[in-house]
Amino acid sequence: MDKLRLLFEKTGRAVYISHLDLMRTMQRAFLRAELPLRYSEGFNPHAQISMLLPLPLGQESVCELMDFRVYADCDLAAMPAQLSAVLPEGIAVRSAYEPLRKGRDLKWLRVRGRFIYDNGATQALAEKLAQFYSRESIVILRRTKRGEGESDIRPAIREFSVQAQGSEVLLDAVVSAQEPTLNPELLVSALRQLAPELVPDAAYFRRTAVYDAEMQEFR
Amino acid sequence: MDERLQRILPRVQKPARYVGGEYNQIIKDKAEVRLRMAFCFPDTYEIGMSNLGMRILYGCLNDLPGVWCERVFAPWGDMEDEMRREGIPLWALESGDPVSDFDVVAFSLGYEMAYTNVLNMLDLSGIPLRSADRPGLRPLVFAGGTSCCNPEPLADFMDLMVLGEGEEIDAELLKLYQTALDEDWSKQQFLLEAAKLGGVYVPSLYEPVYDENGLLIEMRALPGAPETVTKRIISDFDSSYFPVEPIVPSTEIVHDRVTLELFRGCIRGCRFCQAGYVYRPVRSRSAEKLVQQGVESVKNTGYQQISLSSLSSSDYRGLPDLCDGLLDYGEARGISLALPSLRADNFSMDIMQRIQKVRRSGLTFAPEAGSQRLRDAINKNVCEADLLESCRVAFAGGWNGVKLYFMLGLPTETDEDIVAIAELATKVLHCWKQHASNKSRGVRITVSTSCFVPKPHTPFQWEAQVSMEEYKRRVRLLRETMTAKAITYNWHDPETSYLEAALSRGDRRVGNAIEAAWRSGAKMDSWSEFFSFERWMQAFESCGLDPAFYATRERTQDEVLPWSRVDMGVRADVLWQERERSRAATITPDCREKCSACGAACLLKGGKCDG
Repeated sequence: MDKLRLLFEKTGRAVYISHLDLMRTMQRAFLRAELPLRYSEGFNPHAQISMLLPLPLGQESVCELMDFRVYADCDLAAMPAQLSAVLPEGIAVRSAYEPLRKGRDLKWLRVRGRFIYDNGATQALAEKLAQFYSRESIVILRRTKRGEGESDIRPAIREFSVQAQGSEVLLDAVVSAQEPTLNPELLVSALRQLAPELVPDAAYFRRTAVYDAEMQEFR
Repeated sequence: MDERLQRILPRVQKPARYVGGEYNQIIKDKAEVRLRMAFCFPDTYEIGMSNLGMRILYGCLNDLPGVWCERVFAPWGDMEDEMRREGIPLWALESGDPVSDFDVVAFSLGYEMAYTNVLNMLDLSGIPLRSADRPGLRPLVFAGGTSCCNPEPLADFMDLMVLGEGEEIDAELLKLYQTALDEDWSKQQFLLEAAKLGGVYVPSLYEPVYDENGLLIEMRALPGAPETVTKRIISDFDSSYFPVEPIVPSTEIVHDRVTLELFRGCIRGCRFCQAGYVYRPVRSRSAEKLVQQGVESVKNTGYQQISLSSLSSSDYRGLPDLCDGLLDYGEARGISLALPSLRADNFSMDIMQRIQKVRRSGLTFAPEAGSQRLRDAINKNVCEADLLESCRVAFAGGWNGVKLYFMLGLPTETDEDIVAIAELATKVLHCWKQHASNKSRGVRITVSTSCFVPKPHTPFQWEAQVSMEEYKRRVRLLRETMTAKAITYNWHDPETSYLEAALSRGDRRVGNAIEAAWRSGAKMDSWSEFFSFERWMQAFESCGLDPAFYATRERTQDEVLPWSRVDMGVRADVLWQERERSRAATITPDCREKCSACGAACLLKGGKCDG
């Protein structure tokens, strides 16, 4: 037993824990649970953990994956409860297992969104949103490491459906997880740039499933 | 979580500090809670969560049945702007409930520059600032912490102030307050009873009287007021409460590690040091108990560093046993020890070498003064030979950097004393040249100076601070004398020190200036991003007050000091005697060599001073 993977949730207050802070939090949780997490050699040993798909700050997820290494065998069935007991509110481990696939096979991501309109959301508004995201192309300005550039996010949106409910429009989308990565926040940025009348007063996202290129659930 | 808050959080820096939910936070069932206390730290989350006193009292008070103590911190500027725009009142982290829902609102006052944050936090909570404007029993607004040893600057804002260590008195106070609520007492009735607990200063029971020149001539005790209020201490420190399950923040804080408290008090008696005087008598915790607390804390937190905290760790008798015990457990587990506050002597260097097997971090020494004469005058019993010997060992052992801290403007300081700082730094540089094991990496010697601030309850409480102009002249003198390229000289601006001096020895009138400063926008004054000296000077002026009256004026022995009703353990005549010895540059032996009968041991109920 060496390389392992965790499936965990990050919801509620825990969504404000940043990626770097989450790495530290996980490392400390392993120490608290007295699990044999492996460290790198050298002067500044660091815990051998990595998040397959870092979760943007403020978003929830029920399908986070984390790879880590151990230096001794451990009880995989017991691990979720052991870790969940020592994690902050909002982080809960669902399973621990020896992964069969590499992280690079992860391709698509299902996201549920709640777009909140303070003046109420109508079915008509929901349809306009659906029309917007089904355009041929959605070219937006985005800042990347190489500076500002135009890019079409439409190919990164595979599925999209909406439903109005009270003051909210509920979205269900499948977007590209890697190469390219589509942060769901860009769905709102696109509105801001191209259809300002549709911009919600607040938007919240939750990852609900991850898939491979063939849309099979990725584990 | 409040939806309004949820909308704001993505827009502010480091939102994790505003939401709570950390591992080891204490959540209680409101149905079983009778008394709710908002424990407010008047600075950011990162600073407040690093505070050991806060960790101790949080655990201690939550151990009381029926009491739920939650944390509140000052929001950073961006968050405050959003809160005010959206009309969201300040909330406590555990429950997310507004502070105004709480029965008790308590502040931890560790330093004067946080005073405006206290007012700002009250205002953000929608609670009237002044005690007189809060006629009801609820909420009770009080403060504790080191700064309360001069309770007067915040006297008008607090219903009461707790002096000394809070573990016992806070519990007694909450119990009395519960009775007051149950029996529907008036606020006045409760305050009069609270004043009888011992260690509780009720500002409204004392009336400052000034002469025609504005000099304080009496702190008049009104009916029901104790003649003096004596600070409270924990007599049996070894077995007193210690939080081995501290909250582990989910975001990085300043001191992100386990902190163990080796002892309280200090045997050294440095005459400028307020902590050294007001935390007496000396009480230690056994090495055995500390090892146990350290191991448990590490297990419960997942921290991999343990910091050994005290005012002078080298003076802890069990230090070798403690380090060995913690290293025995920690070495295989990658746990490191940090030992701040070591003295520059041989014993300390042995310890440093034992605990720092791999990493070579920088060394910091605080000789405080450059010449032996001035070090004797301030009773900083470190001699040049010890310091240089420590540097020799360090350089030979591979260290290549030393930081040296000094104060300018100490009482009796002359230009020769200042030049001596440069000479000392040069000697350290020569020491490196002679003894460095590896010269190719070069050496960094950093000299830092700050402007001395005379503090209440120290032998220098009567002294004048040097003017800002004079401090700047001394900085220039030192800068001109310090010529070696390997020595870097940093100096702190005197503005903050001047204000700190005015606030720390302020009387009740200074409270008006604090409020005026806050009304004109002052907050987070210990952060350069926010501090405005100009604003503070205008605030003093608008109240008809001169900060120089408090900062740079020498007091006579018979002047009534604003904190004259406060007894922190050391007798005033001992402080005066130390002041006189300072004038003669006569050292006073440390408490172990010879007890100076300072009076603090009288506070002990059983046991003896470990000085």
